[in-house]
Amino acid sequence: MAEVRDSDRREAPSDSLRPPRAVVGSHRIEEQMFGKVFDGRIIRRIWQFVRPYRFRLALAVAAVLVFTATQLTIPLIIRHAIDSGLTEETGGRTALNLVILVFGATILVNFAASWVQESVVGKVAENVLFDIRSAMFSHLQRVSLSFMDKTEVGRLMSRLQGDVNAMQEFLETSVLSVGDIVLLFGIIALMLWLDWQLGLMVMMVLPVLFVVRLFWLPPARRAFMAAHETNSVANGALAEGIHGVRIVQSLDRQKVNFTLYDDKVRANLDAHRTAARFAQVMVPIVDSLTGIAMAVLVVFGGAMVLDHELDVGVMVAFLFYIQRFFDPIRALTLQYSVMQRAMASGHRLIEVLDVAVDIQDAPDAEELPADMDGSIEFRDVTFGYNPGQPILKHLSFRVEPGQTVALVGPTGSGKSSAMSLVHRFYDVQEGAVLVGGRDVRSVTQASLGGQIAMVLQEPFLFTGTVEENIRYNKVDATHEEVVAAARAVGADGFIRALPDGYAQMLGERGGSLSLGQRQLISFARALVADARILVLDEATASIDSYTEMQIQKALQILLKGRTGLVIAHRLATIRDADKIIVLQKGELIEQGSHDELMEAGGPYSQLYNFSYASFDDIRPQDLPGAPAGSDT
Amino acid sequence: MASRPTHDVPTREELLRRTAAAGWRAGLRTIFRVVRINLKTPRMVAVALISTVIAAWLQLLIPVLLGRAIDQTQVLTAGPSEAEAARQALWSIAGMVLLVAVLRGLFTTAQNYFSEMVGHTTGYRMRLAYYRKIQQLSFDFHDQAHSGDLITLGLLDLDGVRMFFSTSLTRMVLLTMLIGIGGYRLLSTDLVLGLTALSFVPFVAWRSSVTQLRLRGTWLELQQRLSVLSRVMEENLAGIRVVRAFTAAPYELQKFAVASERALDLSHKRVDLRVRNTSAMNLSFLMAMGLVLWVGGNKVLSGQITVGTLAAFLTFMTILQMPVRQLGLLVNSLARTSTCGARLFAILDLAPTIADKPGAPELEITKGELRFENVDFAYAGGGRPVLSGISFSARRGETIGLIGPPGSGKTTIAHLIPRFYDVTAGRITIDGQDIRDVTVSSLRHAVAVVQQDVFLFTTSLENNIAYGDPWAQESRIASASASAQLHRYIQDLPAGYRTVVGERGASLSGGQRQRMSIARTLLLDPAILVFDDSTAAVDANTEGRIREAMQEKAAGRVTIIVAHRLSSLMHADRILYLEDGRIVEQGSHDELLQLGGRYRALYDLQVRPKGAA
Repeated sequence: MAEVRDSDRREAPSDSLRPPRAVVGSHRIEEQMFGKVFDGRIIRRIWQFVRPYRFRLALAVAAVLVFTATQLTIPLIIRHAIDSGLTEETGGRTALNLVILVFGATILVNFAASWVQESVVGKVAENVLFDIRSAMFSHLQRVSLSFMDKTEVGRLMSRLQGDVNAMQEFLETSVLSVGDIVLLFGIIALMLWLDWQLGLMVMMVLPVLFVVRLFWLPPARRAFMAAHETNSVANGALAEGIHGVRIVQSLDRQKVNFTLYDDKVRANLDAHRTAARFAQVMVPIVDSLTGIAMAVLVVFGGAMVLDHELDVGVMVAFLFYIQRFFDPIRALTLQYSVMQRAMASGHRLIEVLDVAVDIQDAPDAEELPADMDGSIEFRDVTFGYNPGQPILKHLSFRVEPGQTVALVGPTGSGKSSAMSLVHRFYDVQEGAVLVGGRDVRSVTQASLGGQIAMVLQEPFLFTGTVEENIRYNKVDATHEEVVAAARAVGADGFIRALPDGYAQMLGERGGSLSLGQRQLISFARALVADARILVLDEATASIDSYTEMQIQKALQILLKGRTGLVIAHRLATIRDADKIIVLQKGELIEQGSHDELMEAGGPYSQLYNFSYASFDDIRPQDLPGAPAGSDT
Repeated sequence: MASRPTHDVPTREELLRRTAAAGWRAGLRTIFRVVRINLKTPRMVAVALISTVIAAWLQLLIPVLLGRAIDQTQVLTAGPSEAEAARQALWSIAGMVLLVAVLRGLFTTAQNYFSEMVGHTTGYRMRLAYYRKIQQLSFDFHDQAHSGDLITLGLLDLDGVRMFFSTSLTRMVLLTMLIGIGGYRLLSTDLVLGLTALSFVPFVAWRSSVTQLRLRGTWLELQQRLSVLSRVMEENLAGIRVVRAFTAAPYELQKFAVASERALDLSHKRVDLRVRNTSAMNLSFLMAMGLVLWVGGNKVLSGQITVGTLAAFLTFMTILQMPVRQLGLLVNSLARTSTCGARLFAILDLAPTIADKPGAPELEITKGELRFENVDFAYAGGGRPVLSGISFSARRGETIGLIGPPGSGKTTIAHLIPRFYDVTAGRITIDGQDIRDVTVSSLRHAVAVVQQDVFLFTTSLENNIAYGDPWAQESRIASASASAQLHRYIQDLPAGYRTVVGERGASLSGGQRQRMSIARTLLLDPAILVFDDSTAAVDANTEGRIREAMQEKAAGRVTIIVAHRLSSLMHADRILYLEDGRIVEQGSHDELLQLGGRYRALYDLQVRPKGAA
């Protein structure tokens, strides 16, 4: 039931007066929400995205102006109706009919202008939003992987969603603001034109409103922000409660969490209360000022009409203007916040758009020929993510076409980095990586990628069917090819057992499948890609022995007829390799076949005799000649 | 317990369809239920509604006063005394205008503030109720529910219900007042002119309702398309290494473009829909105004009404314009409340399948003996039995190993002991007490499971280790993490135990995360400790050291180990080999090797791989 009894609330065990070592949810300080009001650099960059639509935008601005003009005209027409149409001496019915005709024409113009304005502005703003997003997304496809490694996906997603939306809002409201400004000044000008003395008197309230809003805005905005932030804090806690519900229940933390959650939700309620007070305090002020303006009009305008110094129609027109007075002021002060937000967002968007693209095709890059021999060679390669901290030091080795080479070594020895270099995820600092006898920097990335299939340690599956996942970007692969690949790696059996077989939709990250099954699908995907070279990072996580056997078989099929570079963790894989390269701290310390290395009696054989289940289990202090280190 | 209540957890789409089909009766029931929750703050509701009525009434006074003022200015000034009287009247009317404006402002403030607060208070209650319900609902519910859907329910749907009071109820009262009183005033002053002035109302009300409903429909569709788009982007970024590895950027960009195009297309349609509507509404309003001017003007000319009355009519119309347009928003808000509410109540009305029996006593640990008696288990609605006829017992100090192929039921056994699920037949006892007869809380304090998937909370390492006992002393936290072979690592971190999980500096490896989970469980010092394949990512050496560290405490408890790796459970006092939910072999490691059955085969496979001499 949707009720909360008060007695339920604070039931946390009170065996201690100490506060519990407990929180629910987390709260990272949110990004700067407001920036400068105006930043020319940001505007210029964003303008590039608006530029293609500049003619449509100009049309929209014109429509806004026409629309505003008709809005300003209507009270004037009413004035004429009253002043010249309602007294016989100035024309009577004929004049009235004429005025009504003008009125009719005006509202038709108003209709058309309002249509054009809203439709064009709305669509252009949407287009710009999608264009910016698209530019960012395609840029992210090219930026260096080290940037992607360092940046959380959530952070990028908030750029691609929240920040582009802020720009859209900005664009949309900016055009409409033009109308607000014209409306405000139009009203002022018309009132002064109709009767400058009365106009001035009525307009006395305007500066008051400006000053009030000026003082009101900063604290009010703080209150709104606080409401917004406490809300996301509470929502974060809810999300955590949902994701971690199994742990919460198994450790019986419900009561403590409920109390903590209550605190957060209550804080949000309080923040909302403050924000509501700030929002509502303006209402009586604006209403009172409107009241004052009307009272002034009634007393002084009325007296002037009595004294025949003013037509009654003018007074009616004034009434209309006074009622419209405050809308543009409200909209314009809001626009101020929109602009600040847009600048902060724009800044972040540009940051993403400006991330350097490190890896690019050389101007004279050639295609890597399809009939290249499939060899891989590292020539004196030195590489590190940060200069001065090399991960690989003067590494040289060669993988002959068709050979399978196992890279082994403890965590941090540089195996994964070496693997990434083959595909040119990064560029080497010294030396060169050669594929098919050519420096990877001298060929196009597309042709290089086309010859290399990679299997990562963590199988990553996309939302979609099993078949789509296996086919992935090889869109011309037939259903038969997909099935053949799945059969070859031994995945066909479990795929057919799924309710929808190959058409089975996989949930987020292939959630419904076991790790071993996901691994097999990623093998099948690599098989469909059918490349000359296979680079594979063996999974470390232990998989049950049955699936494990399957994977070993699949691996042999995958490597057949291909050059293979495998980061190996399993003894079986290592033993079967044509050559084993032992890495330690980025240096090659030994290489050769299993038998050769065992015979040589070097570090590898010693390690092998420790009989670990996996080479990752090797502790640094077990490494021959390594100084004793910590156990992590 | 032959028939277990089963959760029929509907997906979001199902819920959407269901509520759409449920019709307006069910919708009304939902809305009344929301109203009842609103009424839990009766004073705020009363103040809000009364203020709304008064504010509307005051607002409608203003055109009357202004009309009167204009009429005063038209008084034929026969002499100075009449002129003076007219001036006096203008002053008093001005005073009234000011007074009414100020009062209206104050009452509008009260109306807005209190109706917003009724909403927020309702939101507060609903949030707590929802959170509590989610925490109570048993594993069977969470197995079927999508966490993303549950979060959306708790954010968007809850918001829909929260907004009901201010966007539906108050607005309804306001509209009724304005259209009712305003309409009555207009019609009673001059029937023909009144009808003319109100002529735009039915059209605008209808247009705006229809459009808002259609906008709502397309909005839901747009959200759907946008979520596809964001999924494409999110998966691309999370799986960027796969994308790069397959040089699939063009393919991915194509996927993005398709999703993007679909969303943009619909956005444009929505703009059209909205624009057509607002422009038409504007036009019909202005046309009515023109007609009033024409009809009214003629009436003024023929002396039937005064200029002031005409001005009052025109002002009335500008006041009525806004609320009439908002009729559509009202309809939209009602539709939203009934669908959101229906979804939310569907969850709030579920009862957890695992709950204390009335008056259930606490579990009492005496000898510390765990016993499975002929236990059968099948997941609700799943049909196929997962466990059948499982019987075994374990005394304090004993370690039981569970092994078997995937799907043989090992993890299910681990989940039945702390009553994550209830057995379908047979029973599980601890010291002779059926675990279904004692409180869940006391049971889970006695039984701790180190789960397969490690979930760490985004808080400090120490808070994570002390998750089950937030009042634990620091020394206990340190000793638990020392047993889990983490103490040295944590100590060496710059922020030590205060390092926050997930942020830079503490991106823990898979093995470390599992050890965190072990530390968290060891801290509780349970009578029955279950490892559910929870050392898979911990290397064999470290696992051995953890075992040594636990040795002393292990004498006082029952330890159950589920594992794939033989080395994790070879030392157990008894090993149960499971297949298809049955125990097919059991005994000590040596006995099972002697037996030469399935366990032996597995041993040969794992420990002596082919080719090894």
